[in-house]
Amino acid sequence: MSGAPASGAAVPLLAVEGLKKHFPILGGLLRRPVAWVQAVDGIDFAVAPGETLGVVGESGCGKSTTARLLMHLVAPDAGTVRFGGRAINAPGGIGLSELRRQMQMVFQDSYASLNPRLTVADTIASAPAGHGMKRADAQRLAHDLLARVGLEPALFLRRYPHELSGGQRQRVNIARALALSPRLLILDEAVSALDKSVEAQVLNLLLDLKDDLGLTYIFISHDLNVVQFISDRVMVMYLGRVVEIGPVEAIYAEPAHPYTRALLDSMPAMDPDRRTTEPPLSGDPPNPINPPSGCRFRTRCTFAEAVCTAREPALDTVAGAKFAGHHAACHMARAGSGHSKAPAPGAGGDSANPVTAGARP
Amino acid sequence: MAAQPPAPAIATSASAATPTRGYWATVGRRLMRDRVTMACALVLALILLAALLAPLIAPHDPFLGRMPRRLRPFGILNSLGMSDNPRAILEHPFGTDELGRDMLTRILYGGRLSLFMGVTPVFNALVIGGLLGIVAGFLGGWVNTLIMRTIDVFYAFPSVLLAIAISGTLGAGIVNAIVSLTVVFIPPIVRVSESVTTSVRTLDYVDAARASGLGTLSILRVHVLRNVFGPIFIYATSLISVSIILASGLSFLGLGVEPPNAEWGLMLNTLRPAIYTRPEVAALPGFAILVTSVCFNLLSDGLRSAMDVRI
Repeated sequence: MSGAPASGAAVPLLAVEGLKKHFPILGGLLRRPVAWVQAVDGIDFAVAPGETLGVVGESGCGKSTTARLLMHLVAPDAGTVRFGGRAINAPGGIGLSELRRQMQMVFQDSYASLNPRLTVADTIASAPAGHGMKRADAQRLAHDLLARVGLEPALFLRRYPHELSGGQRQRVNIARALALSPRLLILDEAVSALDKSVEAQVLNLLLDLKDDLGLTYIFISHDLNVVQFISDRVMVMYLGRVVEIGPVEAIYAEPAHPYTRALLDSMPAMDPDRRTTEPPLSGDPPNPINPPSGCRFRTRCTFAEAVCTAREPALDTVAGAKFAGHHAACHMARAGSGHSKAPAPGAGGDSANPVTAGARP
Repeated sequence: MAAQPPAPAIATSASAATPTRGYWATVGRRLMRDRVTMACALVLALILLAALLAPLIAPHDPFLGRMPRRLRPFGILNSLGMSDNPRAILEHPFGTDELGRDMLTRILYGGRLSLFMGVTPVFNALVIGGLLGIVAGFLGGWVNTLIMRTIDVFYAFPSVLLAIAISGTLGAGIVNAIVSLTVVFIPPIVRVSESVTTSVRTLDYVDAARASGLGTLSILRVHVLRNVFGPIFIYATSLISVSIILASGLSFLGLGVEPPNAEWGLMLNTLRPAIYTRPEVAALPGFAILVTSVCFNLLSDGLRSAMDVRI
């Protein structure tokens, strides 16, 4: 279901095609761009109404930039974003103001994302008031939303951010994001900065809100356990590209891309006998200013061959995938790609997954 | 959103038990506890009151000179038969100046002009410089470059020199002195407000406000102005003492207030030759300048710590 939705399926709530953002590095006396950081380099994905798409990847892989691009906090260089089937900022499409009413975002830093000089009530009420709601109505909405995110309104409405704990602040941020009754919520590392116990409470709150309000989530995190817990589908990003996307069971049980495999191996195991002793992935990601040719992961991939340098693998259906909608950008997942571990053309769907087979002892 | 039942009475009483104050109430409470700041505020209030009420409380006419009474010492010696009014024990408690004018009266009247010259240029610069700095910081890009590089030009000259140069070009007079001091204070205020605004602009809550579709103007008003005003205001209060001293300096050089008006800097100048004969009288305007500017500085320090609520 990535890229173009399957025929006959409902229109995806959010469809992204070729989204690209390169940040200039200015240098010299005239502050001209001397290089470009390829933060997000042409990604495609779709989010169906009511689902949770988890986005994982190392720091600097473009997760947060993608979130800011979707919110149009940063203008994309190229690519189209369609919300509910309507293009954004195009004739006959959806305007930015309307988009921001339908799509909201919760940031990682719960303190920096609250204005220190506004009370909780004013923070939550500011967006609806800015969209023309009467002040009294906006204040009543703030009261209701605060109760909904599990904070006693009478105790918290008049408080300032510095009087709240991290979990309470993030609940306020969620209430603020919900104030415009959005359909899609982007959670950019929204629970990453919280204690584990508080994190669990906020995750449960997010699940409850999703059921009650019919929300759709894009859940960005580097915590693979959390992503597995909350997501319906998972998208793995590496150096500004999508390397694998598919149902959460497919990604966690049958990863088709070596990078996904490495990420999963880096999760600490609960069983001491199965603890990883060797780091699954060595080195830092290559510089996004000058990414490797061909497959961007080849410099750190144990399976890299000549074809990986020569051609960049497209994000396409995994050969022999057990789950529908499981796509990966790897030559090993494509029949007849020229990689020695790729399934032979015309081979059946029961060929062993080279990545899983190779990595498991 | 599903309607919530009205808050139960218990919760309301709980909120009354743990009242959370507004920002300014917190700042006020912290200021009240700061003894040094309160003392400075009291002294400044007295100076301001004395200056405002000078026509009512001054014992003499500030412009009436009497040559026989030139350069009288401080009042206590007056009672030793030096006064021509035997009933007056303290006719000139702070002596007289070089033209025989009562010093107490002149100090009181001088406070009016000195305080005015201290506050007005800073206020003007706060409005103009604050606006420029916030615009530069909020818009960034070439607007920022244009404004900040222009401001940098003013940093090529020391502030005293700049004030003298502008005043000298425009000529003597109160208005010209205020104009020149305003120009001197705009660059530092632009710098401070630009850097504060730039740091606030990149915070997540500004992004969150943009993401919720708020317009640029309301983001500026609610999220930027409220958070940058404090630091800019505090910085501006610290400039008042500088302004009083610079204004006095201009008057001392004959570029600011013109005689026979009473102004502390000008009085310091005209009393200069008397420094050997009546040092206590000659130093009096300087002492007034010192006390006022020290009080403004300490008040600004106290304001800064009181307004930094994020502790």
